[in-house]
Amino acid sequence: MIAEAGHYALVLALALALIQSTVPIFGARLGDPALMNVARSTALAQLVFVLGSFAALVTLHVTSDFSVVNVYENSHSLKPLIYKITGVWGNHEGSMLLWVSILALFGGLVAAFGNNLPLSLRAHVLAVQAWIASAFYLFILITSNPFLRIANPPIEGRDLNPVLQDIGLAVHPPMLYLGYVGFSISFSFAVAALLEGRIDAAWARWVRPWTLLAWIFLTLGIAMGSYWAYYELGWGGWWFWDPVENASLMPWLAGTALLHSAVVMEKRNALKVWTILLSILTFSLSLLGTFLVRSGVLTSVHAFATDPTRGVFILLILCVFIGGSLTLYVWRASALKQGGLFAPISREGALVLNNLFLTTACATVFVGTLYPLALEVINGDKISVGAPFFNLTFAPLFVPLMIAVPFGPLLAWKRGDLLGAAQRLFAAGVAALVAIAILWAWTSGGSTLAPLAIGLAVFVIAGALVDLAERIALFRVPFAISARRARGLPRASWGTVFAHAGVGIALIGIVCETTWNSEYIGSMKPGDVAHVAGYALRLDGLTPRQGPNFREMVARFEVSLDDGERLGAMTPSKRNFTTRGSTTTEAALMTRGVSQLYISLGDTRADGATDVRIYHKPMVLLIWFGPVFMAFGGLLSLSDRRLRVGAPKPARAPRELQPAE
Amino acid sequence: MTRRQRRLTMIGGSLAVLAIAAALVLKALSDSIVFFSTPVMVTEKHIPAGKRFRLGGLVEKGSLVRGDNLAITFKVGDGSATLPVAYKGILPDLFREGQGVVAEGALDSSGVFRADTVLAKHDETYMPKEVADALKKQGHWKDDYGEKSHAAEAGQPAPGAAGAARGATQ
Repeated sequence: MIAEAGHYALVLALALALIQSTVPIFGARLGDPALMNVARSTALAQLVFVLGSFAALVTLHVTSDFSVVNVYENSHSLKPLIYKITGVWGNHEGSMLLWVSILALFGGLVAAFGNNLPLSLRAHVLAVQAWIASAFYLFILITSNPFLRIANPPIEGRDLNPVLQDIGLAVHPPMLYLGYVGFSISFSFAVAALLEGRIDAAWARWVRPWTLLAWIFLTLGIAMGSYWAYYELGWGGWWFWDPVENASLMPWLAGTALLHSAVVMEKRNALKVWTILLSILTFSLSLLGTFLVRSGVLTSVHAFATDPTRGVFILLILCVFIGGSLTLYVWRASALKQGGLFAPISREGALVLNNLFLTTACATVFVGTLYPLALEVINGDKISVGAPFFNLTFAPLFVPLMIAVPFGPLLAWKRGDLLGAAQRLFAAGVAALVAIAILWAWTSGGSTLAPLAIGLAVFVIAGALVDLAERIALFRVPFAISARRARGLPRASWGTVFAHAGVGIALIGIVCETTWNSEYIGSMKPGDVAHVAGYALRLDGLTPRQGPNFREMVARFEVSLDDGERLGAMTPSKRNFTTRGSTTTEAALMTRGVSQLYISLGDTRADGATDVRIYHKPMVLLIWFGPVFMAFGGLLSLSDRRLRVGAPKPARAPRELQPAE
Repeated sequence: MTRRQRRLTMIGGSLAVLAIAAALVLKALSDSIVFFSTPVMVTEKHIPAGKRFRLGGLVEKGSLVRGDNLAITFKVGDGSATLPVAYKGILPDLFREGQGVVAEGALDSSGVFRADTVLAKHDETYMPKEVADALKKQGHWKDDYGEKSHAAEAGQPAPGAAGAARGATQ
């Protein structure tokens, strides 16, 4: 009964979306406020029905109703409650339902809080939002219905893929989808602006909070996924340049560029046409990501769908939306009014440079991700493009970007003073050089580039601090005044400082982990001691343990410093999930400052020796602290009074549709 | 600067960055691409020793030999040819005899494939996509592969777990 109700709610949501995608457009053409307001009520009603549908699926999973195919294939009555809930989106059908739920959520938010939007703009935005929603409702109902029943219900389910039975799954996909799907708002705003043929600085002020919100979630989602891969897959790797990861990185790069270009548009009314294009591209890349992951064209740990009809359907959605919006762009963009003037050396110029490097870096990731697919389609050659490709292309593009980051905030709008900025960054440059010198003197081994890269990261962090010091006039005025200035500083400026420093922090972590990572791989018997990076790890023994839906072998390691100081125990394990007959490796982590010790187990042999992999990963936690800093910066910026949802007022009174200029 | 000059500076700068990026991409593509082969393709194509490629196929039943210090050898076959593989390290959780595998490395002078990576990339039916495609092309694919591997697993515990259990009883 619950399954049928959920299914029915989804069909009703589709019907509402179809109304929402047509009636408001007619309303806007006819200038009829009543028809335009239909968008608001249908968007809210749609949200209610989708949430109802999603709640129905959650209920089915929680109550282990194995008469539903989706529950039977992905759940098990003995599975802990938290994984019964997260298992809802641990499979194709459920994750698509989560996708549309989040889409409806964003549409509902615009409907609920967009009261100050010009009526016709809101009608257009919600209509475009409904086009996307209708396409995905159809996709779910036709090819991936999660509410299908089985004629003869089995007693027990087939359990969720053990790799996914982890708290990481509770957080990672919803975060990522909030990011992916959040960019649909800036897309809808862009298409609405093109349809209306009108765009101004107020437009950017409306779009920016939504973009920022999506960006924050995507940043955290990617970081979360990376940490999950790090501890769950047992290899200690945190980024594999896997197509699925690239699928989330591309919208992030484009979205980061969009955030910055929206600033230019908001403050200086320039770069309008470019910002519109970026909005379209960012969401297109999100759709591409959904296609790559959900169609099964790639095989990787994330891709579970293999049915080709789904792939073709999503490809169709992809072509219609990307092709349609780009056609509209080509047709209408020339009609948008040109923006303000600025010199190449200026805040705007720096932001253009940022956009240039970010989009180019995004393009190289795009080539590296899709070239193997294209080649296979064209001549059947199977190739793999791995980390070496991305290191060769991505890294050289990021170095100039990193150098430019501290300069941007120090340049004035319209016409900047590069020399002045360089003088003010003198302290940051000195800090970077000191860091390089110390590292060269102190460390041995590893790439000679590593100290330079860390110097660059220090430059970025120190540059962010210099920007802050300049703004509050630190050391130039009495400290009390500086402190007052710091309190009065717009939150957005604090946001910039945190986000930019976060980039530097992540870079330090990445360089340290890849350069000075040390490992021990070998077989150990109980009583054996392994020495890694100044730590001694003694294997005490192995004990079996019974979990709720698995059996595991737990190894116990006594960890101490080489000089004998005892630090504690680490207990990595090897789990065997009986239902699927598959094993997973549960790594054990011990955090020391921001560095970590990492143990994962291999097979145990007949003579009692266990294969063991032990890593010491210096500064590894910084890799994820960086994105957390960035997201926190984004949150600060979002809380700025200027950007508060509901605060912006249009620059001009909204006019009726006017002809293109 | 006039508007026109500013625009030209901007466009010129963008084109320069794009050109550099394009050059980097082309260079990287020619240097770092790794091709995929099955054992029969290796014998047909005469891949020279030392050239890196990805080898995919089925791990031959009973060919897995564990030596000292994590040294491992096994044979990879695709129905027409087999190739010996040597690897040192810990095999991924999803590695099973009789099932698909993808390894990256190069041939040595004696014709043994020295793998430095054994990939854990699998779908739920324990068959890497490249391997499945290659086997289908060569006519060695049976539609029930996925089903069979599921059935086989249900019957017996995974080798890793069995080993671990043995270790515990001692």
